[in-house]
Amino acid sequence: MADLHIKIAGVDFRNPVIAASGTFGFGHEFSEFYPLSELGGICCKGITLEKRPGNPPPRIAETPSGMLNSVGLQNPGVDHFIREDLPWLKRQGTVVIANIAGNTPEDYCRTAEKLSDTSVDMIELNISCPNVKQGGVQFGTTCKGAETVTSAVRKVCRKPLMVKLSPNASDIAEIAAAAESAGADALSLINTLTGMRIDIHSRRPVLHNNTGGLSGPAVFPVAVRMVWQVSRRVKIPVVGMGGVSSWQDAAELMLAGASAVQVGTVLFSDPYAPLKIVNGLNRYLDENRIADVSELTGKVKPW
Amino acid sequence: MKLSSEWGKSALKKYDVRNCTILKKTEAAEGIFDITVEAGALAGAARAGQFAQIYVPGKTLRRPLSICEIGRADRTLRFVFQVRGEGTAVLARLRKGETLNILAPLGNGFQPGDTSRRALFIGGGIGVPPLLEAAKPFGPNAVLAAGFRSRSAVILEDDFNAAGCRVRIATDDGSLGHRGLVTDLANDLAFDVIFACGPKPMLRAVSLLAEKRGVPCQVSLEERMACGIGACLGCAVRLRGESGEHYGHVCKDGPVFDSRNVVWEA
Repeated sequence: MADLHIKIAGVDFRNPVIAASGTFGFGHEFSEFYPLSELGGICCKGITLEKRPGNPPPRIAETPSGMLNSVGLQNPGVDHFIREDLPWLKRQGTVVIANIAGNTPEDYCRTAEKLSDTSVDMIELNISCPNVKQGGVQFGTTCKGAETVTSAVRKVCRKPLMVKLSPNASDIAEIAAAAESAGADALSLINTLTGMRIDIHSRRPVLHNNTGGLSGPAVFPVAVRMVWQVSRRVKIPVVGMGGVSSWQDAAELMLAGASAVQVGTVLFSDPYAPLKIVNGLNRYLDENRIADVSELTGKVKPW
Repeated sequence: MKLSSEWGKSALKKYDVRNCTILKKTEAAEGIFDITVEAGALAGAARAGQFAQIYVPGKTLRRPLSICEIGRADRTLRFVFQVRGEGTAVLARLRKGETLNILAPLGNGFQPGDTSRRALFIGGGIGVPPLLEAAKPFGPNAVLAAGFRSRSAVILEDDFNAAGCRVRIATDDGSLGHRGLVTDLANDLAFDVIFACGPKPMLRAVSLLAEKRGVPCQVSLEERMACGIGACLGCAVRLRGESGEHYGHVCKDGPVFDSRNVVWEA
């Protein structure tokens, strides 16, 4: 049995497979299938300072090898999360990562401050949600935006800080470098790619929000490329995600430079996928006589 | 799935994933398929009006199908579904003996309440199947008012008759029963409660009917869905609550709602 433990920004994970934000709620629903302690960690549904209603339906559209969503950060607000969801979540025996979003740097800061006084293990700064008019992706598509919000939060955040990057940028490695120099302890990527579908009969976009975020296997090669580019550029750990559906995908993303992976869309077709990925990685490491899963990180041999 | 800790030995799970063998498959009407699967413990846990998420090989999302009938003794689930796109077309090609990977039972289901009440079941087209299991305990106290495009699209008439329910049919083209809207069938009926499933405009009309007659009404809704268990918040539906309007979710808060709580958008 290989060692699957990893350490990111001082936080110990029992394995490198983490549930991705927005696909796993606050964990309750998936705890029906298996103990959440089987996971390396959980990134909670994006949390904002005040509760948000989310976008009108339809919010979901299936696409070739993927899907679009425009949920729009529906969440009960940070106070509700701290009071109602976090105590239970912390008892599940896994790393709890709070994903936070906001309209302004001040919103992010106040949310991060509130969470700094809790038992949350890490904060994931969501500067990459494509589904809200404000608060999200406008901070993640320019170096200036990423720098501004990351450095502001860094000043008040007393938890390890991971910045979640958008692929909707012309040079993601530049954004990554800006977040690193602004004080990020780790990076996670990629959030969804902005996409759109139109019903040719009604001439209406399939999503009520018109556009949405593309995820699933369709984006996986983009994720591999971006993780590779970013991990070569920065010194802080990179958590890779984007269409990871199998242990082979997880191994590939780690070889590209990821220290861990997040798993999201595949949960909708197979809620047990994270456990299968952990088991598959373990077998792969044993068969290749690799003692420690971290040995995979960044070991791609580029041409 | 091998777990590193003990799990699942105590309480029954609310829902789970299972590979189910197809025991029976027929084409109920053109493009409408009727599949019964061996579902083990999932059948034992299921209630009328709940649904299942069916895995479609090669597709990113499962397909939500309402449960039409629950076989308690032989631990089966029956699904009657219409081919609407690629995913359901794949499901329609499956044959007896093959397996269907099912996540079930999901959602809240109908609340039948006192089955000595006179119950009106209103179904539109492929909205009829989830009403069958709910109507059974009402037997002769139930009337099914079912609307279809035409005679060739009629499904489940025999099943409701066999359950002792009375059946009234409306068709758009008048090829069977009343020509016109399914809600017209209720005009000369007396009833204490309504259960309905069908297209949104029909459900809106049914909701108005319930209001006019002053009877409670449970409606089963559908929405584009991803996880099916309430985690992804994809299948939003506008609801009216004590603290104003908000988005609930068809998969977890529904699929069955009190019609008064649904915000019917024009």
